[in-house]
Amino acid sequence: MSGIHDFTLASARDALKARKISAVELTNAHIDAIERLDGQLNSFITRTPDQAREAAKASDDALAKGEGGSLCGIPLGIKDLFCTNGVRTTAASKILGNFVPPYESTVTANLLKDGAVFLGKLNLDEFAMGSANLTSAFGPVENPWKRRDSDAKLVPGGSSGGSAAAVAAGLVLGATGTDTGGSIRQPAAFTGIAGIKPTYGRCSRFGTIAFASSLDQAGPMARNLQDCAILLESMAGFDPRDSTSVDTPVPHYEAALKRGVKGLRVGIPKEYHVEGMPAEIEALWQQGMNWLRDAGAQIVEVSLPHTKYGLPTYYIAALAEASSNLARYDGVRFGERVSAPTLDGLYEASRAAGFGDEVKRRILIGTHVLSSGYYDAYYLRAQKVRTLIQQDFLKAFENVDVLLTPTAPSGAFAQDEKPSDPVQMYLNDVFTVPASMAGVPALSVPAGLDARGVPLGLQLIGKFFDEETLIAAGHTIEQAAAFHHRPTIHAGVSA
Amino acid sequence: MSLDAKTVTRIARLARIGLQPGEVETLGKDMGSIIDWVEQLKEVDVTGVDPMIGTGLATPRLREDRVTDGNCRDKVLSNAPERKGPFYTVPKVVE
Amino acid sequence: MSYRITGSTGEWEIVVGLEVHAQVVSEAKLFSGASAEYGGEPNTHVSLVDAGFPGMLPVLNRECVAQAVRTGLGLEAEINLFSRFDRKNYFYADLPTGYQISQFAHPIIGKGKVLVDLADGSTREIGVTRLHLEQDAGKSIHDQDPTRSFIDLNRAGVALMEIVSEPDIRSPEEAGAYLRKLRQILRYIGTCDGNMEEGSMRADVNVSVRKPGETEYRTRCEIKNVNSIRFVMMAIEVEAQRQIEVWEAGGTVDQETRLFDHVRGETRSLRSKEDAHDYRYFPDPDLLPLVIEQSWVDELKAALPELPEAKRARLEQEYGVSRYESSVLCVEQAIADFYEAVARGADARLAANWMLGDFFAALNRTGRSIEDSPVSAEGLRELLGLISDSTINGKIAKEVLEDMVETGDSASAIVERKGLRQVTDTGAIESAIREILAANNDKVEEYKGGKDKLFGFFVGQTMKAMKGKGNPALVNETLKKLLSE
Repeated sequence: MSGIHDFTLASARDALKARKISAVELTNAHIDAIERLDGQLNSFITRTPDQAREAAKASDDALAKGEGGSLCGIPLGIKDLFCTNGVRTTAASKILGNFVPPYESTVTANLLKDGAVFLGKLNLDEFAMGSANLTSAFGPVENPWKRRDSDAKLVPGGSSGGSAAAVAAGLVLGATGTDTGGSIRQPAAFTGIAGIKPTYGRCSRFGTIAFASSLDQAGPMARNLQDCAILLESMAGFDPRDSTSVDTPVPHYEAALKRGVKGLRVGIPKEYHVEGMPAEIEALWQQGMNWLRDAGAQIVEVSLPHTKYGLPTYYIAALAEASSNLARYDGVRFGERVSAPTLDGLYEASRAAGFGDEVKRRILIGTHVLSSGYYDAYYLRAQKVRTLIQQDFLKAFENVDVLLTPTAPSGAFAQDEKPSDPVQMYLNDVFTVPASMAGVPALSVPAGLDARGVPLGLQLIGKFFDEETLIAAGHTIEQAAAFHHRPTIHAGVSA
Repeated sequence: MSLDAKTVTRIARLARIGLQPGEVETLGKDMGSIIDWVEQLKEVDVTGVDPMIGTGLATPRLREDRVTDGNCRDKVLSNAPERKGPFYTVPKVVE
Repeated sequence: MSYRITGSTGEWEIVVGLEVHAQVVSEAKLFSGASAEYGGEPNTHVSLVDAGFPGMLPVLNRECVAQAVRTGLGLEAEINLFSRFDRKNYFYADLPTGYQISQFAHPIIGKGKVLVDLADGSTREIGVTRLHLEQDAGKSIHDQDPTRSFIDLNRAGVALMEIVSEPDIRSPEEAGAYLRKLRQILRYIGTCDGNMEEGSMRADVNVSVRKPGETEYRTRCEIKNVNSIRFVMMAIEVEAQRQIEVWEAGGTVDQETRLFDHVRGETRSLRSKEDAHDYRYFPDPDLLPLVIEQSWVDELKAALPELPEAKRARLEQEYGVSRYESSVLCVEQAIADFYEAVARGADARLAANWMLGDFFAALNRTGRSIEDSPVSAEGLRELLGLISDSTINGKIAKEVLEDMVETGDSASAIVERKGLRQVTDTGAIESAIREILAANNDKVEEYKGGKDKLFGFFVGQTMKAMKGKGNPALVNETLKKLLSE
């Protein structure tokens, strides 16, 4: 096993530096893989092979001179929520249609500065609203994994479903994701890859299309945590153009991998043993505890008493913000426009035609919870509960260094198993939402397969700006789990 | 409990989302079930709790009063679905 | 005297509160780096933040915050060290993001006050409820095309201060006086240029009426966007009249937004807004709460210029000018500065007299402002000096000032050029008088017969003969002496 599709981001970086492979070769191999497999997976909304080849050539020139940043020549995919200068950016919505931003998001600008090669824009749930990548106006993304016993198309999770599928299938060496309530971690778990949602304020939100401003946070998705660490170091950093960006130095995350967990106190929130959780998820969680204990960590039970209120609080806060954030899509300055004789008619027609059903539903709920007579009962109360949720975490972290939980209550489900009740669908995010509400960092690492051969992830939640401890603990799990399974659909598998 | 058609219509009007007659009922049902579900927050005792505003991590920052942006009309109008000369256009608004 | 409107059922009192939108003087906009300058080619003072492009984020301008604090200090108001920005959500073509960033629940400035002077010489205190920062909207242009409106976002995002008064105003005159005083304070501090024509100050006027003695307020109407002080006063009058008619006809006034039509002299309901507004305010999650330090407030306070009230008191005390004179001299800071530059080193009372009289008349006549006055403060001081040291008399000084305005020459140069130096030589004066008396023997007889009024005639004739240059005191004295001979 030593083909071009066996590279991790880190090993490709080393091979490029050592000139064992050229950036052009590496990029072409990935472009070929996209052409071969993405017709089925649908992980890309926009492919940019020409720009990628050009960037790869430039990378080779830099590498030949012994120059080039930490990602020089590394082919990446970009979630289509990050605005990219001159490259169509859609948020997977019809309403942005052929929107071509004349600017670059800070996160992608950071990656470009470090020499990354962008292969294109990755599919997602429309405006990042979904947990199965079924709401994209550009069609659903297929999970490259299959159940052992069936050919049913599985969902890759969401909203960063295209990013997850592309990484898992070997179409890119890494991808950007965004996480509002689990949109990096849950798809990472569903596709057997790693993903980090950093501390709120770690990565700039400038130029990233907003879903819920107080929750949205960009992060890396890649085959393993080393790759994620390399990406995060590039993506993160203070940005004066984002008022919520935090001015604190970016550590060398890769160096944290080898720290180990000796003496680390790992909290197990008892409230995460939710009713009806499949036994195999419980078992995997227990396995995770054992791995960390065996590596020298101390396992401690903790309580996060407001856990059960995380989801409803999240839906009120996120949807309220979204209803306002998405008001700018009105058919006047950019995006799709449906003509009408009056201004209000133009708004109503453009937004009716431009937004998909889930987005409309969320905008309407968000509008409702902010409207006169309901604000105190819903929005204000939710923001108070949010304070309590954050306090739960802060209190727990007085006693422990990280928390360990499952990432999602199940593995990937089939596209046609999507629950018809929206509330059932929202329950996918039950374990990921609380960390988002509190703003603390969290990650997901692949830890095993379920009985039908579909990957499952474990989540680690850390203290503010302590991504390094998360990476150290996550890497310990990675090593113990030795997760080397590959999905059915993978660039390295010849047809 | 399903949201009634009048409420759904009023909210849709506030959000400027045109609805087909058939959509009102489905949306009312879906929204109703979500609203019912979030009602559980009423159990939480929030006496004396401040609402969360920001995560308390960033420190307030102010920009200096200098002109550093603008003068980019081509960019501003680059994606306009309809324009006339240097303006965006909309259907005539009668005051 | 309280202002009352007499209706068919008796007298009515009016109750008015004003919401003034004052554009903040700053280089850049409230949350973006685009220019806040008035005018400019359409859509050029616009950044992608102002145009609400996806992923664009606001960052607060420090100077705009400072300007709000300075204004708050000028209104003797509470400065809130913690304040917050909220989103006010509504759709309109010139509101790119679909929400205006404003301060709803936690304004930066709390209760303050404005002292206003009324025509009868009395003073009233009008309470200020609050002042908050918010974004201006862009401009919709409706008259360029038969079917379309054009959108220019140059104003979108410019910082405004909304200054809300208590419903303390009881007459159109008080409303006018309040607005003038507020504008004066803003201009003094330099936080708003107060130019109502360019829209940098606009007012929403809340009007209700009640019977004298009633303690509760009746329903009010809001008249939106009135853009001159005169129109505010007119709008209050006609709206109060309308409401009185409604009440007296047995009807009730509906709380609503109205527009003032100054051509027809009436207000009318904005019925086009058929939906009740529901702005869905909530804290803007893109911005952190605004926390300012008391030490910064103290710094701003220390650097504040002298405000109108303090300046008036000082001028009265330091220069002995009257309450009326101080009020005129302090209308604008530049006038007061000019006055002080003249008065220092001159007769201060004389300086006030001249400023309020011939100097302002000259400005009016030439259409100049104090800033580009054709006569400098030094020039005027020199002229006054020539009066004080008897080089010229007051009448000649008027002629000299006119010449100064016209030619830009200095007073002394003009006096020399035209030979206007006052004659104080008693011999010359005496011989001039003797000639006049000799030529008017009949009048001298009448005078001596008791017609005292003729004294003025002799003075005038003498001055005329001396081309106005005679020293008036000496002329008087000599005349009296010679007439009694």
